[in-house]
Amino acid sequence: METYTLIVLTLAATIRVAAPLLLAALAGMFSERSGVIDLGLEGKMLGAAFAAAAVSAVTGSAWAGLGAGIATAVALAGLIAFACVTMRGNQVVAAMAVNFIVAGLGPTLGLAWFGLGGQTPQLDAPGQRFTAIVWPWAERARETPLPGLLYAELLSGHNLIVYFAAALVPASAWVFYRTRFGLRLRAVGENPLAVDTAGISVVGLRYQAVVISGVLCGVAGTYLSIAASAGFVRDMTAGKGYLALAALIFGKWKPWPTLGACLLFAFTDALAARLQGVALPLVGAIPVQFILALPYVLTVLLLAGFVGKAEAPKAIGVPYAKEK
Amino acid sequence: MSAPAKLPRWTEFGLLPAINLVAALLLSGVIVKLIGESPWAALKLMLDGSLGSQDGIGYTLYYATNFIFTGLAVAVAYHAGLFNIGAEGQAYVGGLGAGLVCLGLGDWPFWAVLPLAVAAGAVFGAAWAFIPAWLQAKRGSHIVITTIMFNFIGSALMTYLLVNVLIKPGQQSPETREFAPNAFMPAIHELLAKVGITFAPTPFNFAFVLALAAAAFVWVFVWRTRWGYALRVVGENPAAAVYAGIRPPRVIVGAMLLSGALAGCLGLNELMGSQHRIVIDFPGGAGFVGIAVALMGRNHPVGIVIAAVLFGALAQGGSQLSFDMPKINRDMVVVIQGLVILFCGALENLFRAPLALLLARRRKPDAGD
Repeated sequence: METYTLIVLTLAATIRVAAPLLLAALAGMFSERSGVIDLGLEGKMLGAAFAAAAVSAVTGSAWAGLGAGIATAVALAGLIAFACVTMRGNQVVAAMAVNFIVAGLGPTLGLAWFGLGGQTPQLDAPGQRFTAIVWPWAERARETPLPGLLYAELLSGHNLIVYFAAALVPASAWVFYRTRFGLRLRAVGENPLAVDTAGISVVGLRYQAVVISGVLCGVAGTYLSIAASAGFVRDMTAGKGYLALAALIFGKWKPWPTLGACLLFAFTDALAARLQGVALPLVGAIPVQFILALPYVLTVLLLAGFVGKAEAPKAIGVPYAKEK
Repeated sequence: MSAPAKLPRWTEFGLLPAINLVAALLLSGVIVKLIGESPWAALKLMLDGSLGSQDGIGYTLYYATNFIFTGLAVAVAYHAGLFNIGAEGQAYVGGLGAGLVCLGLGDWPFWAVLPLAVAAGAVFGAAWAFIPAWLQAKRGSHIVITTIMFNFIGSALMTYLLVNVLIKPGQQSPETREFAPNAFMPAIHELLAKVGITFAPTPFNFAFVLALAAAAFVWVFVWRTRWGYALRVVGENPAAAVYAGIRPPRVIVGAMLLSGALAGCLGLNELMGSQHRIVIDFPGGAGFVGIAVALMGRNHPVGIVIAAVLFGALAQGGSQLSFDMPKINRDMVVVIQGLVILFCGALENLFRAPLALLLARRRKPDAGD
């Protein structure tokens, strides 16, 4: 009984960790399937996290915070797109630049505006955050363990953004494989010349993809600062952008497998938190660092072709020049 | 605008980086202004803090030493057409090698410890670069992604080692015991004192000289040896390299081993020169700053040394700034670093085309091609 509750609680924690990962990974999917490497996930999320917390603190509205988060991430995505698509700069360098700028600018502006050493004020007034939505009868369902606890912990009790992230998986699968836009997007990441020959703008498509990535990163960052916690702190993404990138690769740039990868990586994270200092039968205490490094190790193994094969979009990372 | 415009050498290596730097600084000035401080006062404070005193100069060159090592690491890989984002992790693991030598052989004389520490740092750093390199060369795994992953794996490994294995017994903070004094890198102010010159005591140490030697070595290696030639051919055109009898996979692995070895030398400055023990996260982002330094220095050792000193001044001036301007903290330095990466790297074509146009117009019509 005790074990069962523990498992359900770990799974619930998994969902909470997975939500921003999933949003960022799907964001990266749009960008990368169009041929633009998205190493800027980290910076875009962090920028959105700061903007959302700052605006929510000032206006008292979580929705205004969400808007600001999305606007900031889209602006950063626009900067990356301008550098990579229009100026044909190096995509990796552009993303690194944005990651640096945001990592410094958030705390700098935070200090100047709020004077709290780079943080934003604690958000504790009602309406400043996206809080858990409790489904009907969830509290009473808790009393019956098997369907009840699952219902109360896994389905009910998450905030709006978690449900949005979940809905986004079928939605993006539909966009990628069932719409004209999705077909073109996949084509431009594989063979931009063919897309150009068909009379469709490569630059236009890549801009759209990068902006979509910005919107989703905006939601992911907003989740971190005003849904999962109550304010912005320095470097609060803590590598989640890169972990999302790993999940995207582990999911082979496809929506449903990416969901699986995000859940797996989030589970290792939730598990690491649970197993801290716990001695397991047979193996003893597993060092937390090993569990935390597992997603990266798995991704490297996958990239090496030792577990399955991850095939990147062919034109990824190559700026498109119309005349050669 | 087809191919990126070609520029004369003095513009490519002098004027253009200068324009990019000014653009980055101007934008930083706008940010400082927005915060409500005076950009001029901030600039003056940073210059004073970094270059205005012996203290400032010592710290500036101490920071610069780290950036020379990581900048060279990024540049060597770059010449082979590889983007090594893993200098941070290679520096971290490389420092473990140097640190273990210092911990184990600290009672040996310094002249014996130094070469072993250099070798161990280089070997550990190279080892951490080897797997991503091998995967790129043999299995085509994207080196940008694998080196990022190895940064995280390296960080986890080092945390584990410091928390569980190497920690000095009976203390809370995850760091090793102090090295024996024999394994300390001599500080420059001590060396100068021996010849009768007094210099303010700072962590500026002999590793700076080693970094300059590394820069000279990289210059000779890349531009004056067969291996360096093969490296550059693979970087420019792997297909042509194959026809010339060069084996790209070997060159890729070799370039990354050298890159990792250079990054691995960071510990000589940071650990042997300053911390005198292995501490958690001692590279502190220098691996990433190395990318900016390499970009700004145009991947040339001379440019890298200049850019590293500039970034060292930025780091030191930034600490001064955060002391004296209550509204600004050290994070502003990260913003400026990011803007330099943006303008020198990602937006390098922004000023290139107009500049080329301007120069072409000023030249006589018959002088051009």
